[in-house]
Amino acid sequence: MYFLAGSETGIIMLYKDKRPLIIFLAPALLVMGIFLYYPFLQNFADSFYEINGFGSETRTYIGIENYKQLLQDKIILQAIKNTSLMILFTIVFEIGVALVLALMVDGIRTGAKFFRTVFFFPIVISATAIGLMFNLFYAYNGGLFNQILEKLGLNPVLWLSDEKAIYMIALPIVWQYVGFYFVIILTGLNSVPEDIYEYAYIDGVQGLKRIWYITLPLVWDVLKACLILGITGSLKIFDMAWVIAPYGAPKGITHFFGTYLYQTTFFSQTVGYGSAIAVLVVILGLLMSFAVMKLIRSKAFFYSEDM
Amino acid sequence: MDSTAAAFEKQISKTKVKNVLSRVLIYSVLILWAFSSIYMLFWVVNNSFREKTEILNDSFSFVTYPTDENYRTAFGRLSREENMSILRAYLNSVIISGSTVICVTVLGGLAAYAMARYSFKLKNVLYLILAGSLLFPAYSLIVPIFRMIQGIGLVNNPIGVIIPQTAVNLAFSIIILMGFIKNLPTEIEEAAYMEGCGVFSVFFRIILPVTKPAFATVGIFTFLWSYNDLFLQMSILRKRVSYPVSALLNEISSQFGTDFGLMCSATTIVVLPILIIYLFLQKNIMKGLTAGAIKG
Repeated sequence: MYFLAGSETGIIMLYKDKRPLIIFLAPALLVMGIFLYYPFLQNFADSFYEINGFGSETRTYIGIENYKQLLQDKIILQAIKNTSLMILFTIVFEIGVALVLALMVDGIRTGAKFFRTVFFFPIVISATAIGLMFNLFYAYNGGLFNQILEKLGLNPVLWLSDEKAIYMIALPIVWQYVGFYFVIILTGLNSVPEDIYEYAYIDGVQGLKRIWYITLPLVWDVLKACLILGITGSLKIFDMAWVIAPYGAPKGITHFFGTYLYQTTFFSQTVGYGSAIAVLVVILGLLMSFAVMKLIRSKAFFYSEDM
Repeated sequence: MDSTAAAFEKQISKTKVKNVLSRVLIYSVLILWAFSSIYMLFWVVNNSFREKTEILNDSFSFVTYPTDENYRTAFGRLSREENMSILRAYLNSVIISGSTVICVTVLGGLAAYAMARYSFKLKNVLYLILAGSLLFPAYSLIVPIFRMIQGIGLVNNPIGVIIPQTAVNLAFSIIILMGFIKNLPTEIEEAAYMEGCGVFSVFFRIILPVTKPAFATVGIFTFLWSYNDLFLQMSILRKRVSYPVSALLNEISSQFGTDFGLMCSATTIVVLPILIIYLFLQKNIMKGLTAGAIKG
């Protein structure tokens, strides 16, 4: 937010004449207005209608019926469960592992650049390609995982069974995003000024103690940003889940908001209901982001034992 | 004085990780994680040169008699029998993502310049609206967007994807570029004004050349996002001929999921160009990512 108030540079003679402003701003604002903000508001309006099908669609105003239906929908409940589980995984495994790896790479000289390059690369590959790759690993006959088990003299496992499917969707997502948070946290660590470590060294604070009392509090804002990104990211899950388990397979138990919305809108063609799901996702995202910001603002919380 | 400071610093950096044992531990963990990542890719590429039956028996050993059969199938059979081809999908992807990158950098660059340099009423409100839109998930927009695209008659047309992708990526690019332009000193612009330059020649002759790296970052990021996007592309492009790479890959996996050789070669074909781009441009990619994450 620090670049909100732009008083110091903006006012030179060149920019006194405001007419060119229109030419600079209008194209971008026009495109965004029509294809970003208008659809967003339209989607909100749609959620109060019953709409069936595209093109020759029929619209009936039904008030908050769609939202009432949301509350009773078992698949929505399942999506909430799956998303919560994914948020938990994000915090523990993605951000947690990323933090450990970042601290390690920050502590070494040789090879730091190599590790940074390797850890980050999964993020540039599409979720589709990674999902497909993991489908090859999960295959019962000849998949990588079962071939490893076979080598170890163990029986093959049905990886995408009812109980395991959700974890098998989570695994590639975790693998992909560890690198993402790793780079963000590492950048945060790099920006910690060296002399703070020097003072710590003089005071005899070293090793894990230094990480806990000095490094972590200094990158706390970065971790908070990661947390918000992780939560909003979990709410947006679509590609990976769709590639590994389309239509929430098996039996709709692996549905996330994105996959369920896609199914209700494009296959069941209940557009109004799909809009209501989208509104729910935006509201959840806003609420949880604010909760994170509020909850973690107080330093006391961070220093308490239960963290 | 200088030498003692240097010596002290040296000691600090040495104490970064002090004893040999923890050093060994750290490197083992790092190498293990790196190895598992690399091995997964290696497994796919290695097996893409193997016959289907061979993969089922032994997929670990380094391939000794490589076959190009899987690649022939991937590039050939799909196109004749299924009305889809990987080359066609590449072309679609390049058209869509390339155009999106151009639109986003041009429109975003102009808007960012105005936001950074002009002062006007509602500027702060506009900034908040821009930042707020980063929270919209793409699928909260898809139904109205689809309706509009259908209304204009652009379903199955690349333009029908390019416009919404541009809209979705603009906020991010404006915020990033604005940050870069704001940090430039204004002296040169003032001097140019004294020499009689107008705003437009200042933008094209002074601002653009200096902010090239920032534009590169935004461009690469937009490209990756667009190339990898499945949701928007799958929703609007519903004919196989118009599929870009990610949608085609999804289709291949649902149709030929049991043909391991073909799957491995298809995955390799999709991932390889991205990996090469990444290795060449990783500096820009990381810079953009962290700037976006912390400011967004």
